[in-house]
Amino acid sequence: MKYDMILDPTPGRKAFLLGNEAVVRGALEAGLSLASTYPGTPSSEIGNVLHAVAKKAGVYFEFSTNEKVAMEVAAAGAASGIRSMVFFKHVGLNVAADAFMSTAYVGVRGGLVVITADDPSMHSSQNEQDNRYYAQIAQMPMMEPSSPQEAKDMIKEAFEISEKLGLPVLFRMTTRVNHMRGVVEYGELVKGKPKGRFEKAPSRYVPVPSNARGMHIRLLKKMEEAEEMASTSHLNRVEGEGDVGIITSGAAYNYVADVVEEHGIRARVLKLGFTHPFPRARVREFLKGLKTVVVVEELEPYMEKELRAMAQVEGIDIRIHGKMDGHFPRHYEYTPEVVKRGLNSALGLNLPVGGVKVREITVPSRPPVLCPGCPHRATYYAIGAVLRAKKIRDETIFTTDIGCYTLGIQKPYEMADYLLCMGSSAGAACGFAKATDQPVMGFAGDSTFFHACIPALINAVHNRANMIFVVLDNRTTAMTGHQPHPGLPIDGLGDEAPALDIEKVVRGIGIEHVEVVDPYDIKETKAAFRRAVEHNGISVVITRRECALIMDARNRKAGIFRKYDVNQDMCTRCYNCVENFACPAFYRDEEGGVHINPYLCDGCGVCSQRDVCPFGAIEEVKKE
Amino acid sequence: MRPYGIVYAGVGGQGVLTASSIVGEAAIRRGLNVVMSEIHGMAQRGGSVVAEMRIGNARSSIVPEGEADVILGFEPVEAYRVAHKGGENTTVIMSTDPIIPFTVSVGKETYPPVEELVGALQEKFRVVTLSAVGLARKAGNLLTANVVMVGALTALPGFPLDREEMMEAVKVRVPPRFVEVNLKAFELGYEEVSRCL
Ligand code: SF4
Ligand code: SF4
Repeated sequence: MKYDMILDPTPGRKAFLLGNEAVVRGALEAGLSLASTYPGTPSSEIGNVLHAVAKKAGVYFEFSTNEKVAMEVAAAGAASGIRSMVFFKHVGLNVAADAFMSTAYVGVRGGLVVITADDPSMHSSQNEQDNRYYAQIAQMPMMEPSSPQEAKDMIKEAFEISEKLGLPVLFRMTTRVNHMRGVVEYGELVKGKPKGRFEKAPSRYVPVPSNARGMHIRLLKKMEEAEEMASTSHLNRVEGEGDVGIITSGAAYNYVADVVEEHGIRARVLKLGFTHPFPRARVREFLKGLKTVVVVEELEPYMEKELRAMAQVEGIDIRIHGKMDGHFPRHYEYTPEVVKRGLNSALGLNLPVGGVKVREITVPSRPPVLCPGCPHRATYYAIGAVLRAKKIRDETIFTTDIGCYTLGIQKPYEMADYLLCMGSSAGAACGFAKATDQPVMGFAGDSTFFHACIPALINAVHNRANMIFVVLDNRTTAMTGHQPHPGLPIDGLGDEAPALDIEKVVRGIGIEHVEVVDPYDIKETKAAFRRAVEHNGISVVITRRECALIMDARNRKAGIFRKYDVNQDMCTRCYNCVENFACPAFYRDEEGGVHINPYLCDGCGVCSQRDVCPFGAIEEVKKE
Repeated sequence: MRPYGIVYAGVGGQGVLTASSIVGEAAIRRGLNVVMSEIHGMAQRGGSVVAEMRIGNARSSIVPEGEADVILGFEPVEAYRVAHKGGENTTVIMSTDPIIPFTVSVGKETYPPVEELVGALQEKFRVVTLSAVGLARKAGNLLTANVVMVGALTALPGFPLDREEMMEAVKVRVPPRFVEVNLKAFELGYEEVSRCL
């Protein structure tokens, strides 16, 4: 099994682990009992590993319907006295925020670690919000690891601190730490309690106003205690000597440490791992004898503001450099170059930045595309044809959602006009249906449908929004790496589970015009959309066909290799296939002949239909 | 020791991350420190994939610009795309088999001649070219092209791990029934580069 090494009991073993894999190992060394998540990059592999090993390790693990539910499940676990962990990408914490805020008030009995995976540079996200501010809003202790080894070790400390304070701990990672691979030395595996027991204490767990007032005071007291812990924690440590100070955390620390060492900069570096509450006593100590201090942190000036506030309050006379005086950027992830440039500018250094410049040649881009055989392509193609025939293609507002199908934004499909967040396809469609007289069509995947679309569809029914809602049901959570969801007959532990039927759900909330089609059948799909367009009121079309990658994997195992190619005698070079269907396996040779790249074609056969090639020129390649 | 920097660049589906994990495995077995970045965007396949690795005393998994000892290019344009990581002592090992992006096959962009890319890189770096796909075919399985590249990398003077250590790591990292064909692919890549140098 792929993740067997995570369960290797041998302490002292060294493994080459991804930050996300190390997190799981750390939790298992800490006696984890319960974990929950909704998949989101860059945190997804934590769930993939747990999906593979949780049952064997005796841990309860679930892919929850969304992050808010995941947060509530883990909070209840911790309230029952067992160590619990919940994790998601940064924007997932927005979804979970309501529950998250209250867990700080009601507190925990068993340790609760909330992992947020932030995505500076937005490698796979819609924004690069800095979730360290959530620790401040909620009044929660926070830790920030810099490497896989640290992530593994810190998770254990996070559980301990959580239990000592009776508070959840926010564990803030970033893409470069989640997706960094490094050497991790194992400790002892510790079996968690299989079940907890909930001791009733309504004054503690039910924040009605009369209880909540006391809770807030208690929370503020606990934060004082937490600050003292942060100030004495070995996670906040000093390296090196010099009369310049650098305060840093997370991935930025790695660049600082390497640059300082490599260029022999005489600097005293305060590496913070326990960053909220801001360890003022520790910092005060650190600043002694320094005239200048530079704060190097990715995204927002969280530590810098704390430092400046502290210096102002305490009347500390020191020069502070960072983002607020323009030396470091407030956007995108840092690199060794960004750090060198920032230090050059803040300290007047002259560190060499950049490599060799090669002669400029214009090279083609390689944007992400829907895979060959992707059922979404067929869906978009069919809808485009129907709307064009009805002359409403350009009029229609397409609200989209978060998934592979967001790539419908690309040419030639161009069916993504508006997107906010998970579930916004349905909610925004309601709004556009009311705010305009234009036709409105929303797109969401199956996993996203369960995550956040149902309340918005109820809203659409009740408020009579005239719209078409399309569920691109590819039987998985594809974009984050094929995790199961409530519509599939498998759960987080890998056990058989009841699968919810999307059609029944939408009928159940009162939508009457509902159709389920196979998008690989373009003729039928077109017919279904024609009926949906003609229907007055809300209609739902579920285009159901499993993700092409799942089909590929199964075919590969079974030794099935179907391929298609263009019969040159029949091809009229109308280019409908290349230009309008646009499977990436198609290409044109220098003479203008159309071909199919056999390494890319996955044999879905959709292009062989007359609805794609009107001349029947695309045929299955017969094996000799 | 100054960290040894390797930048692996290719296209989703080429096995770039498997190749880099073989090197990582070998480094760990030798007891060397190794860090690596694996960043992939939103597409499951077909997009650019870059992995950066540093072997030795390094904390940052990003190879600073100018400090790549090797650029291991699984595809010509992708090798060119990471050229800013190269410096005065960089060697580029490039597989010359292009993978034409969709933007080119629909006629929106053009793919430059491979010789032109090689030429531009040669002005600044030592460049070794090979056809990883051709050698993989010779080994008996097209899917071993990534391990051909690993063999090629191993043959470079100055690469911190030796041939036997690397072959052990190949055995650990590929599925048992494909070990033999992968070792063959490794040898072919290794020999090809040894001959060129
Ligand atoms: S749609 Fe058919 S006839 Fe038109 S270019 Fe493609 S293969 Fe040729
Ligand atoms: S059969 Fe046609 S549509 Fe399907 S993957 Fe191959 S070329 Fe693309």
